[in-house]
Amino acid sequence: MTRYFAGKLGEALVAIWGVVTIVFFVTRFLGDPVALLLPVGASPEQMQALTAELGLDQPIWRQYLTFLAQALTGNFGQSFQFGRPAIGVVLERMPATIQLALTAIALGVLIGGTAGAIAAMRRGSVAEFVVMTLALLGQATPVFWLGIMLILLFAVDLGWLPTGGYGSPANLVLPALTLAVFVSASIARLFRSSMLDVLKEDYVRTARAKGLMPATVFTWHVARNALIPVVTMIGILTGELLGGSVVTETVFAWPGVGRLIVQAIETKDFPVIQAGVALIAAIYVATNLIVDLLYALLDPRIKGSA
Amino acid sequence: MAPLLEVRNLTVAFDTAGGTVHAVNDVSYGLNEGETLGIVGESGSGKSVHVLAMCGLIPRPPGRIVAGQVLFQGRDLLTLPERDLRDIRGGQIGFVFQDPMTSLNPVLTVERQLVELIRRHTALDARAARARAIELLEIVRIPDAARRIGQYPHQFSGGMRQRVMIAIGVACRPKLLIADEATTALDVTVQAQILDMVKDLKREFGTTVIWITHDMGVVAGIADTIQVMYGGRIMERGPVDAIFADPRSAYSWGLLQSLPTAERRAEGRLHQIPGSPPDLYKPAVGDPFAPRNAFATPRCLTEMPPLRQVEGSVPGHLVAAWYDLPAALKARRETVA
Ligand SMILES: Nc1ncnc2c1ncn2[C@@H]1O[C@H](COP(=O)(O)OP(=O)(O)OP(=O)(O)O)[C@@H](O)[C@H]1O
Ligand code: SF4
Ligand SMILES: [Mg+2]
Repeated sequence: MTRYFAGKLGEALVAIWGVVTIVFFVTRFLGDPVALLLPVGASPEQMQALTAELGLDQPIWRQYLTFLAQALTGNFGQSFQFGRPAIGVVLERMPATIQLALTAIALGVLIGGTAGAIAAMRRGSVAEFVVMTLALLGQATPVFWLGIMLILLFAVDLGWLPTGGYGSPANLVLPALTLAVFVSASIARLFRSSMLDVLKEDYVRTARAKGLMPATVFTWHVARNALIPVVTMIGILTGELLGGSVVTETVFAWPGVGRLIVQAIETKDFPVIQAGVALIAAIYVATNLIVDLLYALLDPRIKGSA
Repeated sequence: MAPLLEVRNLTVAFDTAGGTVHAVNDVSYGLNEGETLGIVGESGSGKSVHVLAMCGLIPRPPGRIVAGQVLFQGRDLLTLPERDLRDIRGGQIGFVFQDPMTSLNPVLTVERQLVELIRRHTALDARAARARAIELLEIVRIPDAARRIGQYPHQFSGGMRQRVMIAIGVACRPKLLIADEATTALDVTVQAQILDMVKDLKREFGTTVIWITHDMGVVAGIADTIQVMYGGRIMERGPVDAIFADPRSAYSWGLLQSLPTAERRAEGRLHQIPGSPPDLYKPAVGDPFAPRNAFATPRCLTEMPPLRQVEGSVPGHLVAAWYDLPAALKARRETVA
């Protein structure tokens, strides 16, 4: 068990290193940030001076080694735009992203879990048809379009909620709902199909042959087993949303990590891009580790084999 | 004395995309208290479906009970409200299913799977139920029961898992134990141990047993009565000795012929019943086995013979046959000679 997770941890570190390295080299192809940072008509001397100051005159391998050495200590350099440590700029945006991600996941699990369970238990009913149609639509609808439609309806037409921004719970409703639609649609579909598989299992027949109450059969024999793949999906979705939902954050002017990174790409703020991507990779890998751990807790057969 | 279980004209069908499967057709029989009934027949003969249907355990849809009554201690299980049926299942009727790997929940401990059953049907509290569960594992001879009870099914060997399954079947001292291919997947030694254990349990608790298998050899060792099924019908039924000594259905005869006796094993040949199982999508007009039966008469193909007492055999030896098998066999021997 411990060795299993030590191995996973090693894999995780290699993955983060790989992502960070790729991003380092890709950002170098974005173009020269110096021209963007200086006012129009700056002299060649000024440009050279800034290039040297940012360390961009060094050969690329040296830049890379310096970058790696500093990154190991959590130092990604000073943000070109803000003139502060890049990692600080990114971390500041985390609370907003975490708030949005966790609200969306919680809503999605609640709605999607209930809908999926109803669809599976009421096989062939109108309820199943409605749930499955909505879920299919929910998965297929582009997030930006849904976001804009929600803004038009609830903010512009009805005036119930703000169009965007950050601070009060009212600001959170529409962006969280937008993301929750996709999350709950995915969970509803997976939970339903996984329950339908489990309902065919012999051990469910055994549970019924034991005369157990329907609620016991459902909770301990059907849902308990059907949940295993769903947990994996929740973990993956959480990892993705914690990395910042670029589109939603942009549509709703939500000051999260996703939007920050897009801005950093536009302004060629290399240190912020690198710090942001490194953090996202770390979060993603960490959620995956947690999912593996949960998986082993939910399915005793894994523990036995590892 | 009224029988413990009386099945009357049980008929079960499945409505599938390919048509209606006539899985069980007009099955009637009685089972006395303390009796062990062995049900034999090839795969697809309706053995499992008919016992599952009795207790409301077939999926509906696609399953459908077309007709019949199943009287258990005088009450018709087929019309009983689901609530009352739940009280009977696991309590007065215990089940042991084939393949304990898939029939036990892989993510719950054996303890949980036993205790939830015991607490459902008795007034025992959690501690007493656990003690009872350990006792049950000891009864089915699982060594080190107090420790092993906390383990998961995958941590047990196939034979041990089957014992757990049997412990579940007998946990609430059922009046009727239904074992469906309970030893089929096990090797011969383990199979023999389990059969011995079931015989002990019967002696101790007086349990009535329905033992389903497609192995005539297993049935010989455990049953009082044999019931041979084919195409969802009873072909022949009677005391073990009578069936083995004097089979009257060509199908039972074929099954007995395919038993590996010492002599046949030595010769390295096994009799296989030629032909393929019946097409259950078409309701049989005549005897479902007739197309594979070398002794079939024209009447067999067009008219299903009723299950009748065999003339000149012991009472309770019933067969569904238009022809006289002993006479036909004798005639065949003479032509060969
Ligand atoms: N859920 C189902 N849907 C459709 N047909 C079914 C279903 N369950 C059983 N059947 C059909 O009912 C018939 C009888 O099956 P049953 O399981 O009773 O056979 P069996 O005698 O127990 O065979 P085996 O020795 O393989 O266990 C088979 O033809 C089977 O295909
Ligand atoms: S009824 Fe006819 S076909 Fe069927 S077993 Fe008897 S003789 Fe054979
Ligand atoms: Mg069967």
